[in-house]
Amino acid sequence: MNWQSPSEFFAMGGHALYVWGSYGLTALLMVVEPWLAVRRRQRAMRDAALAEVWKEAEQ
Amino acid sequence: MTAGMRLFNFAAPSRFHALTGWLIPWLWVLTAGFAVAGLYMGFLVAPVDATQGNAYRIIFIHVPAAWMSMILYLAMAFWAAIGWAFRARMASMLARAIAPTGAMFTFVALWTGALWGKPSWGAWWVWDARLTSELILLFLYLGYIALVEAIDDPRRADQAGALLAVVGAVNIPVIYFSVRWWNTLHQGASISMTAAPKMASTMLMAMLLMTISFWAYAFAVVFMRVRAIVIERERHTAWVSELVRQRKDD
Repeated sequence: MNWQSPSEFFAMGGHALYVWGSYGLTALLMVVEPWLAVRRRQRAMRDAALAEVWKEAEQ
Repeated sequence: MTAGMRLFNFAAPSRFHALTGWLIPWLWVLTAGFAVAGLYMGFLVAPVDATQGNAYRIIFIHVPAAWMSMILYLAMAFWAAIGWAFRARMASMLARAIAPTGAMFTFVALWTGALWGKPSWGAWWVWDARLTSELILLFLYLGYIALVEAIDDPRRADQAGALLAVVGAVNIPVIYFSVRWWNTLHQGASISMTAAPKMASTMLMAMLLMTISFWAYAFAVVFMRVRAIVIERERHTAWVSELVRQRKDD
């Protein structure tokens, strides 16, 4: 086992800023990017549904 | 019908849309599973590095992200070229969907590199061949995205984007071989086809598990984005009408 306590784990031997700064931003981007993709798809589906309503109204 | 023909069917946006819809949940399961395994190996099993201390643990995301940044660029250029040469609209849509994910991984490679460079080299950034060519890669991705978004006619935008993507692909071997061609501060390749790995097997295992996780992530998020692009661009088609009507009913 590498770590004797949680605080030792979070301290990363004095390199906490570098290690957690790397992992933290990567994790954040890997949550934000899929979220943006979900929103874009929802918007596309909404616009397509709206276009359908217009088509029906014209008929 | 042969298997090859059946595979070609997925070039139809409607089929591709259905197939990816089924694949995405499984890809997320793979992403999470391999990330947990990789982080477990990387933080709990892999020992501390004798010279770099714990800062070296950045490697488990830095190297996979850098690999993804290059591979995704080649994939983007490949599909953009296919879309251009064969007028295959699904291929062009795929190229567009890959670009933001490639840019994200390039940024992650640069960011984690800076945070690793500071404790090991004493500098966040140096104008070294490897770092500079990776920065150029980020600009290529951003340039591609800006170009295709700036042109209103989608097919013309796809063509212009393909030209940029293909010409920019020259940068990929430059990044890859930069540590050999020039005398750089950046260390050499962690893994090569011709030599035994220069790292402990647990470290290597953690890095490979994270790489698989990043691959699954890239597929999942690119498929999610391409499903949005397909609906945006195929709105006028009968199959999208059908899809939207079905959604309204249930």
